[in-house]
Amino acid sequence: MAITMAQALNTALHDAMEADDKVVMFGEDVGTLGGVFRITDKLQERFGEKRCFDTPLAESGIVGTAIGMAMYGYKPVVEMQFDGFTYPAFEQIVSHLAKMPNRSRGTVQLPVVVRIPYGGGIGAVEHHSESPEAFFSHVAGLKIVSPGTPSDGYSLLRRAIDSPDPVIFFEPKRRYWLKEDAELPVTTEPFGTAVVRRQGTTATLLAYGPMVRTALDTAKAAEEEGWDLEVVDLRTLNPFDAKTVVASVAKTGHAVVIHEAQVFAGFGAEVAAQITERAFYDLEAPVLRVGGFDVPYPAAKLEEFFLPDTDRILDAVERSLSF
Amino acid sequence: MAAAPLTPDPATLLPSLEPVQLLDNQGVLHEVDGYPLDLKDEDFRNLYRFMVLARRVDKQGINLQRQGQLGVYASLLGQEAAQVGGAYALDEQDWVFPSYREMGAALVRGVDPGKILQLFRGTWLSDHDPHATHFGLLSIPIATQALHAVGFAMGAKLDGKDLVVMSYFGDGATSEGDAHEAMNFAAVYDAPCVFYVQNNQYAISVPLSKQTKAPTIAHKAVGYGMPGYRCDGNDVLASYAVAKQAVERARAGEGPSLIEAITYRMEAHTTADDPTRYRTAEELAEWNARDPIARFETFLTKEGLLDDAFRAQIDDEAKAYAARMREEIYDAPHGDPLELFEHVYVEPPASYDEQRALLRRELEAQ
Repeated sequence: MAITMAQALNTALHDAMEADDKVVMFGEDVGTLGGVFRITDKLQERFGEKRCFDTPLAESGIVGTAIGMAMYGYKPVVEMQFDGFTYPAFEQIVSHLAKMPNRSRGTVQLPVVVRIPYGGGIGAVEHHSESPEAFFSHVAGLKIVSPGTPSDGYSLLRRAIDSPDPVIFFEPKRRYWLKEDAELPVTTEPFGTAVVRRQGTTATLLAYGPMVRTALDTAKAAEEEGWDLEVVDLRTLNPFDAKTVVASVAKTGHAVVIHEAQVFAGFGAEVAAQITERAFYDLEAPVLRVGGFDVPYPAAKLEEFFLPDTDRILDAVERSLSF
Repeated sequence: MAAAPLTPDPATLLPSLEPVQLLDNQGVLHEVDGYPLDLKDEDFRNLYRFMVLARRVDKQGINLQRQGQLGVYASLLGQEAAQVGGAYALDEQDWVFPSYREMGAALVRGVDPGKILQLFRGTWLSDHDPHATHFGLLSIPIATQALHAVGFAMGAKLDGKDLVVMSYFGDGATSEGDAHEAMNFAAVYDAPCVFYVQNNQYAISVPLSKQTKAPTIAHKAVGYGMPGYRCDGNDVLASYAVAKQAVERARAGEGPSLIEAITYRMEAHTTADDPTRYRTAEELAEWNARDPIARFETFLTKEGLLDDAFRAQIDDEAKAYAARMREEIYDAPHGDPLELFEHVYVEPPASYDEQRALLRRELEAQ
């Protein structure tokens, strides 16, 4: 059956709430409306206003109260309406959600999931298309997850909710309508496991979230050039699966890391460094990064010039192969 | 057109113009309408005991810092009544979410002061189990703990538990966004929560007049649709009576309240601060005359509740506390460096194995 990422995420929330009555869902417009992207559609209707509720418009308040509820014994799943509205919650996420379990010497656990629809490509106004995953990947104590397929959307979100550690769950909003033939419930690989989405020998494309689809499209297009590209879906940025990444690069000798976020100090820099440290002698060229330019996310009519696409990725592959 | 009545009626939320005071500066008890004292002799003695212990423990904290045993220490001197009175209004099942100056409240909740001082010594980032005493971890980023208090209270309400949460913060914290978001969330969800502001007049060096234009901190409550209360925070009985009313209100399902306990930080902000740069000796002398313990002693003595035997008993207890603190802190070694990796994640990433091995090699090379 063809399911979309949005349906997979919605079903995951539904099934998690059904499986464990400690799971509660809250955020802006997630109740009556079902979320601006309808990811929480019908959850309030099914589970009542106590377990799925609208909050005042205050992101720090949402994450801060989620921490308190988790201390009490609940498993809150909260929604930041858009990537660019996450920043008011930054202090609660960085200073408490990530650090309190360690600060408490393990006496406090915070099984909180912060869902963030992220990335561009939907023609939105400013603050609605950002990719802030590098900020959070830099924080010890958080797990950083970003699914690239509906199956992973379901399975990784279920795992995130079951996780005893706090999880920042980045949902690739332009892939909410991406379809896949799958039956739910589905269980995919655990956190810390990257997956080779396409076997290849010429070079390795490393991607996560919205860029997994783009990488696969690029690999298809590259066939015309006679290139057989391997595509690795990282799935979780923390924990990071260095093993699968290194194995792929050892096979191809060429690595191109792709993300929507600006390249400078982006997560691709970490991937490049991991590969360089662990597979230096397997490399036939420097690890290249493909991403947005080092400028603020542009206005909607200009985003196609900012976002990495097949052409920009193929250009990088060519540079790598001709190094 | 006649205006529709407002809900709630703002007039019912306004704090009294005069702070509630039951015990005046001379230690004379005055009855105040709406704030009956439900305390037994034993409670009066206990309030006194906690205040004296708090002062002794505080002094020991300062001394340990001066002796180089603590990196820094934040004194509560002058705020004993506000802290002890507030926390004493809670029942055992209730919770406190403190900032970093709440040693008095911590004692009431049964937290071992030696554990709290490990934070200031730098042994570990915090060293008490919040679930054991229902006293949250010391929270250093200002006002952030108020949201944890509200979330906890929301959880208790959702769970149908009889439980009230008290969040302590200071006058400066009321300027932070998190204090605003916390009070707003609490009011919207009728969370069983009490916001207990110790207005000690200064946020490090910045006086309250530069912090807010509100008539008083307690008046801010009206904006959230909850009642605001003001009390003389150097009067332990007023601090208790006002807190008790707010706690009972929360327990009855009537929602949160904001209390402003007016007090004064007699010491520096922390041992790293120099208060002579921003306040005068006259001001200090004025507040010294309102000392919370002295006036309560006068009252207790008059009531026949404080005799030499009881004084000696508390003195012994305070000395024992201080001795134990010295023992636990003096030359306490730092913890096991390998524990750095133990509590960050329940399910740690594979990279921790490599980093732990690196640290182990470094330790072995020492």
